[in-house]
Amino acid sequence: MRNGCFVAWKCVPSPMAIDPGIVQTAASLGPSKDSRVNVSSTIDATAPKFLRDKYAIVGVGETTYSRSSGRTTRALATWALRNAIADAGLTPKDVDGMLSYSSFSDSTFCIQVSGDLGTRLNFYMDVHGGGTSTETLVGIAIGVIEAGLCKTVAIYRSMNGYSQTRIGGTGPRASLPVAGDLLHTAAFGMQSPGQMFGLTFMRHMHDYGTTPEQVAMVKVIHSEHASNNPKAFYKHRVSVDDVLNSKMICKPLHLLDCCVETDNATAIIVTSAERAKDCKQPLVLIRGVAGRVNKPRLDMHYQHGPITLAAGAYAKDIIWPNAGVGPEDIDITASYDAFTFTTLLQLEAYGFCKIGEGGQYVSDGTMRLGGRRPNNTSGGHLCEGYTHGVSMVVENVRQLRHDVDDSCPVGPDGRRQHTYDYREGGCRQVRDVEVSANLGWAGAQTASAMVMRCG
Amino acid sequence: MSIELPYLGMTLSISDLDIENKAYFAHAARRDFRLQRCSGCNRFRFPPTTGCPWCANPESTWQAVEGKGTVHSYVEVHQAIQPAFKPYVPYLYLLVDLDTQKGEPTEHEALRVIGNLTTPDGRLAPPELSRKVGIGSRVRIVFADVGEGLSLPQWTLDDQQPSTPPWRYPDP
Repeated sequence: MRNGCFVAWKCVPSPMAIDPGIVQTAASLGPSKDSRVNVSSTIDATAPKFLRDKYAIVGVGETTYSRSSGRTTRALATWALRNAIADAGLTPKDVDGMLSYSSFSDSTFCIQVSGDLGTRLNFYMDVHGGGTSTETLVGIAIGVIEAGLCKTVAIYRSMNGYSQTRIGGTGPRASLPVAGDLLHTAAFGMQSPGQMFGLTFMRHMHDYGTTPEQVAMVKVIHSEHASNNPKAFYKHRVSVDDVLNSKMICKPLHLLDCCVETDNATAIIVTSAERAKDCKQPLVLIRGVAGRVNKPRLDMHYQHGPITLAAGAYAKDIIWPNAGVGPEDIDITASYDAFTFTTLLQLEAYGFCKIGEGGQYVSDGTMRLGGRRPNNTSGGHLCEGYTHGVSMVVENVRQLRHDVDDSCPVGPDGRRQHTYDYREGGCRQVRDVEVSANLGWAGAQTASAMVMRCG
Repeated sequence: MSIELPYLGMTLSISDLDIENKAYFAHAARRDFRLQRCSGCNRFRFPPTTGCPWCANPESTWQAVEGKGTVHSYVEVHQAIQPAFKPYVPYLYLLVDLDTQKGEPTEHEALRVIGNLTTPDGRLAPPELSRKVGIGSRVRIVFADVGEGLSLPQWTLDDQQPSTPPWRYPDP
């Protein structure tokens, strides 16, 4: 942490800020961690701030990223969950809560998966939805544990996103009958994620002079990161010209502006910070969550403008007060990269740069390994594989443990000895990282976010 | 009665229960562009819904709206997802700010209606026509007939265009 804010939080008692609308006692607050936060004090954030640092992500796991899993989503889910549970140093008997999410009926629900793991659940829920689900489900997990429904929650997303249900919308579901609200969009050939988001992206270029070259840098940088990620589906580095010369999919999106479709499952384990102390890995604490925060007019969000503004502009007023930090405190970001543009729009919306200056931010080297605030150090959805968001939490947890799974040699203590040499095939651990932000996207209209820190 | 009709090669379907969409497209089939107008706050809305997004009043009437507007954004599709559109690539769809109620209730709002760029008789525009259109272009509604009770409102270039050329994606 370059500005030492967490050191200050841990060591320097300061006057306690009382949140409007939230009843708190001095005992419940402990030493205040809010004194340096410059955010709106009028927000009654969704999670009471005394839940800060009370919950942790103790286990992360995934399958391989492929385009031919040769397995059901049920098998993929149990594979990823076993890895995550083992990573935490737990057994399936320790997991008594489960959450999953899916779209287009493309996954297997908790009912089957929990049985295959040998768990007995005190709580489960299968949620419909996409790219904002990860952080949202972490928030739900915290809520149900806090309410006493269960103690430890496993969250998974399992998908054969290439070999079965193509997440880009090709295949059998491309030609389903057009009905309901889709009569106002799909009837005109606007139905895939890229097609639906393209209007926002194009208008951003018009309003702010954002250039294709600037936007292409998102892919370039994420490909650099993926080249240091042995498990990434695309490990080769690409140039701006490679992006701009790749075939046009739906203008303004070239093929390389779009994420990779893959088969995979990913999983994370959430439990209380108290229980986390008994787990295997270095502690990674959850500072705050914002879940599925929306712009007005979800029935067709284009009715409300500016259409270039992502819902992160609303979510930021929840996540930053909730977490007690601002963008300037964040060491690494994971900004959902279903497309190059989505990374840009979110970083703007959350205040990492001014609105309209995202093109500059994503292309000036800030997001690079070795830069001021690396983004998607795994290569993200553009390169590592498409997981609907979970993999970006997995990556940041490993970063915060200072144990990211690159090619650096493993020392006698079983942990990697990172070189911080970010050349191709090398290290991707960020030096001295202490606090991360995950920014989830389900379209410009809906946003989720989570801040985590080293324990 | 529910409607199920082919259009370009895809199936458009309106359930008998979908009263609002049924009314919208039935008006379009009569060359009549109408939107719901709230009986409470008097504002138009789009797309058709069961309540007013501005005041939540469930009552509305269908009122005629002049089908003219300005292109707010557009996308040019080169790889069709919907198979029916494959013969027509590259095709355009436009997000159009209607002149009616533009800037209400706040400066950020407009009735924004999506449709393809078409010829004046409602057929998907050929590339030479597409190249003339961008953000800022003036367009007017035309109707693509699908069948009994269903025409799609589409957009074609208006005779009157601004003096400055429209903004288009910077092709090399």
